[in-house]
Amino acid sequence: MDATFFEWVLFWTLAVGAVGFALLVVAGRSPVSSALSLACSMVFGAGLMVQLRAYFIAAVQVLVYAGAVIVLFLFIIMLMDLRAEVGRRRGALGLLAVAVVCVSMAVAGWRALAPLAGGGGPPPAAPDEVRQFGRLLFADNVLPLEVTGVLLLVVMVGVVVLCRPGGADGERGRP
Amino acid sequence: MSPGLLHYLAVSGLIFLIGLAGVVVRRNIIVVYMCLELMLAAGVLAMVVFSRFLGQTDGQVFVFFIITVAAAEVAVGLALIVALFRARRTTRLDELNTLRF
Repeated sequence: MDATFFEWVLFWTLAVGAVGFALLVVAGRSPVSSALSLACSMVFGAGLMVQLRAYFIAAVQVLVYAGAVIVLFLFIIMLMDLRAEVGRRRGALGLLAVAVVCVSMAVAGWRALAPLAGGGGPPPAAPDEVRQFGRLLFADNVLPLEVTGVLLLVVMVGVVVLCRPGGADGERGRP
Repeated sequence: MSPGLLHYLAVSGLIFLIGLAGVVVRRNIIVVYMCLELMLAAGVLAMVVFSRFLGQTDGQVFVFFIITVAAAEVAVGLALIVALFRARRTTRLDELNTLRF
């Protein structure tokens, strides 16, 4: 019962949770259950990031994906009242296409990744990783950071324009 | 031996494949969009994994930007879906087969 054993237990719990809830997103009968499964999958994925000691990214993932994005999805689902949308799926041909694509991608991925097997755990984290991260984000990449802020503003204005009564071409209703 | 690069990448790849299958199989445009988000999250996870195993923090900074832009993209996409729903009164992809109103 050493630390490595618990690390494996944690890894398998988080990995099975993330993949299982991802399956539920696709298999869910109603969009609401799909959205909640997506939130759970994101949280388990954030757990994997915590195990990789990427604490900040894990927190951002939970706040932005499992929080804001899922709330947006749920809001839109409620707005459109999608309860009647469950039912018919693609036929056998679509499923066959999915199977072929998934199997070929899995084989290609395996062939690319197989040489990496048995590499052992990650190297130990640098003691000043947070300091490094802050310096990279706020000193070296300060211009992209500011541009991202502008992007968020543009997106906000754009979404408001898109959702106005009358849609994107709101001029129609004017005299 | 703790979980290695291959294990984390396998999880990321599986989530990506599940998302891809969902995009192809499902017909509700909102669920398809959720599956797209799933694929994006799988990519983000792979990037964090590589950043950690290479011992470089740059990847995490990049992931931060990716998540920010992805959130903006979700907002715009959902606004487009709402506009589409207003014009056509449906969210089924097999009924949304033309770009004209």
